[in-house]
Amino acid sequence: MDEIFTVLPEVTLTGFACLVLLIDVFRGTRSAAVTFWAAVISVLVVLVEIALWFPEHTMSVFSGTFRLDVMSAVLKAFLMVIVLFAFFYAREYFSRRERPMTEFYILGLFATIGMMVLISAHSLLTVYLGLELMSLSLYAMVAMDRDSIPASEAAMKYFVLGALASGMLLYGMSMLYGVAETLDLGILSERTVANEDRLMFTFGLVFVLIGIAFKLGVAPFHMWVPDVYQGAPTPVTLFIGSATKLAAFAMAIRLLADGLGGLADDWQLMLILLAVTSIGLGNIVAIVQTNLKRMLAYSTIAHMGFLLLGILAANSLGYAASMFYVIVYALMSMGAFGCIIVLATAANESDQLQDFAGLARRSPWLAFLMMVLMFSLAGVPPFAGFWAKWFVLKEVISAGFAWLAAVAVFFSIIGAYYYLRVVKLMYFDEPDAEVDAIHATEDVRLIFSVNGITILLLGLLPGTLMSVCIAAMLAY
Amino acid sequence: MFADFPILSITIWLPIVGGLWVIVAGSRVHDAAVRNNALLIAVAAFLLSLLLWYGFDNSTAEMQYVQRMPWIAAFGIEYSIGIDGIALPLILLTTFTTVLVILAGWVVIKDRLSMYMGAFLILEGFMIGVFCALDAILFYVFWEAMLVPMFLIIGIWGGPERVYATIKFFLYTFMGSVFMLVALLYIYLEGGSFAIATMHDVAFTLVEQQWIFIAFLLAFAVKIPMWPVHTWLPDAHVEAPTGGSVILAAVMLKMGGYGFLRFSLPIVPDGSASLDWLMIALSLIAIVYIGFVALVQQDMKKLIAYSSISHMGFVTLGFFVVFQVASATNDWQQSAMGIEGGMIQMISHGFISAALFLCVGVMYDRIHSRQIKDYGGVVNTMPIFAAYMMLFAMANSGLPGTSGFVGEFLVILTAFKANVWYAILAGMTLILGAAYTLWMYKRVIYGAVANTAVANLTDIDAREKFIMASLAVVVLFFGILPAPLFDMMGASVDQLVVQISQSKLP
Repeated sequence: MDEIFTVLPEVTLTGFACLVLLIDVFRGTRSAAVTFWAAVISVLVVLVEIALWFPEHTMSVFSGTFRLDVMSAVLKAFLMVIVLFAFFYAREYFSRRERPMTEFYILGLFATIGMMVLISAHSLLTVYLGLELMSLSLYAMVAMDRDSIPASEAAMKYFVLGALASGMLLYGMSMLYGVAETLDLGILSERTVANEDRLMFTFGLVFVLIGIAFKLGVAPFHMWVPDVYQGAPTPVTLFIGSATKLAAFAMAIRLLADGLGGLADDWQLMLILLAVTSIGLGNIVAIVQTNLKRMLAYSTIAHMGFLLLGILAANSLGYAASMFYVIVYALMSMGAFGCIIVLATAANESDQLQDFAGLARRSPWLAFLMMVLMFSLAGVPPFAGFWAKWFVLKEVISAGFAWLAAVAVFFSIIGAYYYLRVVKLMYFDEPDAEVDAIHATEDVRLIFSVNGITILLLGLLPGTLMSVCIAAMLAY
Repeated sequence: MFADFPILSITIWLPIVGGLWVIVAGSRVHDAAVRNNALLIAVAAFLLSLLLWYGFDNSTAEMQYVQRMPWIAAFGIEYSIGIDGIALPLILLTTFTTVLVILAGWVVIKDRLSMYMGAFLILEGFMIGVFCALDAILFYVFWEAMLVPMFLIIGIWGGPERVYATIKFFLYTFMGSVFMLVALLYIYLEGGSFAIATMHDVAFTLVEQQWIFIAFLLAFAVKIPMWPVHTWLPDAHVEAPTGGSVILAAVMLKMGGYGFLRFSLPIVPDGSASLDWLMIALSLIAIVYIGFVALVQQDMKKLIAYSSISHMGFVTLGFFVVFQVASATNDWQQSAMGIEGGMIQMISHGFISAALFLCVGVMYDRIHSRQIKDYGGVVNTMPIFAAYMMLFAMANSGLPGTSGFVGEFLVILTAFKANVWYAILAGMTLILGAAYTLWMYKRVIYGAVANTAVANLTDIDAREKFIMASLAVVVLFFGILPAPLFDMMGASVDQLVVQISQSKLP
């Protein structure tokens, strides 16, 4: 009986996703609203289930391949919230284009199931299972707008590179299986410590790490990020830019901390390299972008570098810092893409930086919220993004890498420039003469406001979420 | 008194909440109401700070009005605030200048008035917060949060090159502060607490102390600003609206000085002592070289900006000459005078530079030029204004009887005890300061009426008279009777000197 409750959210969501698919097939695109609300209700039900069956201790089911612990429950809860917001943003975007695109919700739900499995995975096999369910749904989502050439190009690039990365990951896993003779991450961890011959383990680790780096989008495995972010329809970008980061973080923790914890000395150095490259490249290249989606893509690369800083501390507080970072980042990134959706009109994607010129005159409230998000992404207190950086830096320094913290903050000064540029456009410049009025509905304005205010409140009172993250990572 | 009443918290949060309210209500009410509300809040904050002074106990160096609440329990970060004799005068300075700034923007600002007033009030709250914070992270949050309203103030209401100036301002200060954050985190790992008082007791090796000192120096040197990281200041000053320049010069620069006293000197005394030659050298360069640079400026605001950097050189000289004074005289009490001199110089410069920027603002509002060459003979059309400006120009040159004299005199006197050459070089400022200020004054105010614009000038109105008169009273009062300032900070400075004098080397 316990087994069922442990996987209840995943089972429910799978049932609902199939149901929504059937509804959509038979109702067609005539009533997109039905599909939308069915998807929203299923996410809400799952959220309630996660809250009701919140694990007091770690529970493993299906011969230890699936694990429900505090970390997975917290991440899944935030995942549900983000998916919910993403659905509302998406409805606004598609309804304004008079193309319902109900596939978004269905594929979104399946991708969410994949992420949930990935978050709870405790065996190399389940990791791969969740990862592929998520990735395949995402490839289709990027290509959803089939008439758009940039979207098709982005989907192709995403698919080819993603398949390559999956191949690398599998190769690494097979290597690990070969030496450790197990798929279970717990046993793998014991064998890495016990086994004298580290060479094969390290060999497998390198390939596994490449897979993780690709999914997180850290340099030098970041090539897909800018094209996919820019080419995909904005709601899909929003989904990839926020929800999947939670899952990718969980994957990194499961594989590195859980499975390959014994090789921490090895992956620590590799992560340092990845983190420094990412933070440097992301922040510098973002400066020259004129497309906001593309700029945010490079900003993601830099932020994921910061995320790695926490993981490479290789202790439970470091992981907690990264977890806090990824949750805050997902909320901020969702807000930033959300603002693009709020401003978009049927004719104009409003994803050029110039589209934000003079926003403070057109709508002071939207401009204020976007300003909060930008300062937060730049890491300026008193917004949530500052605490995320603060926490990670603190753990990096306590792990003995004070120089690494200095490098990271140096690049974040450079990074501050391009966020400031958005604020400058909104507040210091005048709007273009023939700019369209803002058509956003009250719903999406409310969603965006809640999104922005959350960042502000998390900035004033970050303590609770920090404690939650620390509690979630206590097991490591 | 007021033992249970969180008066300090109210002084911080009243302007912040009030400023938000002014902005939110601004779209619905008339501009006149916005002005009145903003003034009301600023005056209320000023009265609250006077109340703080009234209830302040001069005889102790302990923190007063202390309030502590857990904030981020997981790391023991507290919302803990309190003030001592070093913080109180700076808080008074902040609340006083904010009232003047609100008045200065009274009729000039027409675009987005409620945002302008609101931004200054929020900024005021953050600045008071910086001076009150007893927790390093709380301090850092206020310190950085301040940048956001200032960035908007310069960028929205500034001059033609405002975007360049404000981004430069933001990035420069951000650059300094993030390294301070790294240093604070490092100290936390050694000491296990973010409370500033605990940080004062953590022992470090000399090399560690020097690294921490340099990280702090980056933050505070940019803010104060010291040569060679001063270049953002002239740009920011020139482009900022009058109110922005006033706050920048009067209060924001003082945060660097405050940081040296609260963090650098007591946390890493040996690091400070071993690098004091660097600080003294940079201070003297600022005093002399920047004095010459000020001499050739064509733009009045730029001239005052350079004069600020030069005067801030006195502050850092006063603070960091203490080690050599102590070793030369074997008496740490002698060096307390240098710190007191620096403090007085900060307060006095706050009033004088604010006054000078307001004077330029008065002329700019009428003629819309800051260039010296566009003026001449202003005294013929604006005699009352000319008289006030004369007083402030004299004060800026360090004339005895004005507050400008006291600080400079004390610092030079202290410098003498360390090394005669320091005193001679620092004394150059009495010549240079008089030269650039009075020469500017002569070219702008005296002579024949330069053009029709000057001929059509009208003298200052009642509002402007009030601003000028209140500053004049303060400048003269502290020039003639600086005792209240000494009384206020005496105990705290003595305590600070005791802390500095104890080596923390293990």
